[in-house]
Amino acid sequence: MTSAVLSQDTRAVGRGRPGVRSTLTPGASLGLGIAMIWFSLLVLIPLAAIVATAGGEGWHGYVDTLTNPQSWAAIKLTVGQSLLVTGINVVMGTLIAWVLVRDRFWGKRLLDLVIDIPFAMPTIVAGLVLLGLYGPRGPLGINVSNTPASVTLALAFVTLPFIVRTVQPVLAELDADVEEAAASLGARRLTTLRRIVLPSIIPAVAAGAALSFARAISEYGSLVLLSGMLPYRTEVVSVRVLSFIEGGDRTSAAALATIMLGVALFVIVALDVIQRRMARRG
Amino acid sequence: MTQRNRFLALAAAALAVPAILSGCAASSGASSDSDKLSVVGFSVLKTANEPVISAFQKTGAGKGVSFTTSYGASGDQSRAVAGGLHADEVHLSLQPDVQSLVDAGLVDKSWDQNATHGILTDSVVVFLVRKGNPLHIESWDDLVKPGVKVITPNPASSGSAKWNILAAWAHAEDAPGGSDAKAQEFVTKLLHNTVALPGSGSDALASFLAGNGDVLLAYENDSIEAKAAGDDVDYIVPKDTLLIENPAAVTTDASPKAQDFLDFQLSKQGQTLYAKAGFRPVISGVKTDVPGANDPSNPFPKVSHLYTIDKDFGGWDKANPEFFDDTTGIITKIIAGLNIGS
Repeated sequence: MTSAVLSQDTRAVGRGRPGVRSTLTPGASLGLGIAMIWFSLLVLIPLAAIVATAGGEGWHGYVDTLTNPQSWAAIKLTVGQSLLVTGINVVMGTLIAWVLVRDRFWGKRLLDLVIDIPFAMPTIVAGLVLLGLYGPRGPLGINVSNTPASVTLALAFVTLPFIVRTVQPVLAELDADVEEAAASLGARRLTTLRRIVLPSIIPAVAAGAALSFARAISEYGSLVLLSGMLPYRTEVVSVRVLSFIEGGDRTSAAALATIMLGVALFVIVALDVIQRRMARRG
Repeated sequence: MTQRNRFLALAAAALAVPAILSGCAASSGASSDSDKLSVVGFSVLKTANEPVISAFQKTGAGKGVSFTTSYGASGDQSRAVAGGLHADEVHLSLQPDVQSLVDAGLVDKSWDQNATHGILTDSVVVFLVRKGNPLHIESWDDLVKPGVKVITPNPASSGSAKWNILAAWAHAEDAPGGSDAKAQEFVTKLLHNTVALPGSGSDALASFLAGNGDVLLAYENDSIEAKAAGDDVDYIVPKDTLLIENPAAVTTDASPKAQDFLDFQLSKQGQTLYAKAGFRPVISGVKTDVPGANDPSNPFPKVSHLYTIDKDFGGWDKANPEFFDDTTGIITKIIAGLNIGS
């Protein structure tokens, strides 16, 4: 998909600006109009409103938020845990996708179905389930509730499907012939994996990682019961934002939200750059 | 061709925007039907209100009145009404949440000028403990002993937590040799023993029932409800605690039936039904058995030292900014200054 966009871009540049316009048929421009209105009403205008609210107190709204040690601790915890969980997902998600595509085993269909449950479940229910299993009365004897590990656990649970679902179709499309050819030319398994398989799936992994990270930094529901919401220890940004709103301090809430918006944008762009690099190389 | 495309895109915009706006208007328009009452309350009332509503519908004034109800965290509900959620009556956890509706012009200034000063339900702060009270928790001082794990909702986000924390403060200040400094020290110790600060009273109860902590600071009515539901818990009413007072008000554009409903809620019949759900009556002469109470035939034991927000803290108008302001509040500062749970 990325490469298609890229080649279109180069064509458009080659023909100059009028060329871009002429590709729009009447139907297409109607579609574009509707898409833009929908997108603006749902996303652009509300986002602009948040940034505007946060800017209500000028720069010092942001400075106050960032220098408040409790908010800063929440930002560090949220970003750190989200990166950690995204890292875990890159490994585990790719592995699960691999198993689901390449291996045949009993219960594969069921596993394939169950992967989506963290998507479908209300997150508060997810929190309750995790608390039942890994809480003080869990049957496994592991109690992570009210510790930073509970944040890792909850985030890992709700973000699990992202990388699995982005990598799975790419792996399924990957032609086994190419790998066989590599093998017949004397490449060892690891070399084949590194030179053939990884380059093809890395764009998908990066896209999934971006989704996973974005989901993780915004998570609230599954943490409500599990994390204990302790300042400096398990209080994530969304909880902090909620406290600001409850306290009637919308400017601080918006400032913190805008900071997280910036973080999310930065990570998504970074992952997109990786994706493009890999796509170009492949 | 290009011009036509632009025209089409603009036409799509022109068609879509009014359609969406009129959709919004339609949903907020239908409000002045006098036989429909919209009650917006804080979360605990969900089960308590059902019998009250059906009893009201059996009275002359309530005949044919239908209800829509909405329950949630008190502050959220107050903001929702301020933000346009239609309400004929609001019944919230604490006075500042009604005050913000007065400020928004949605509730009349004179809302608290009745026999109960605007209060519809009462409760007290109690300790919910594990069945049999294995740690022998009896008084506030037991909560700050080393190793006792306390859960309270977070005062930054929960109205019920504000009652809890102020109860602890009042206890320490009232103790022999008590002072502001002593109270601050006591609450700091209490928060040091806190293992979780869930966002709301109901989240805190869920966390406690899942096995977290030794003591949950809770409303007496919540504790009675939990016991009545068969949860493995007991509750202790300490010798000194804070009276929780939940206000209710009709809105300025409410249907006349709303006042009838509020009058019914404050009547002996209404208060008896709330008492059965665990709330302390706000009028005298209500006698009823309360299933789930420690002693169902004497469900609301007299508290020897009952603190009130007006008498001991100078009212919410003073206490709310003094203790819970986002930056300068005493409790906010205590929480910001310690590394809870570590």
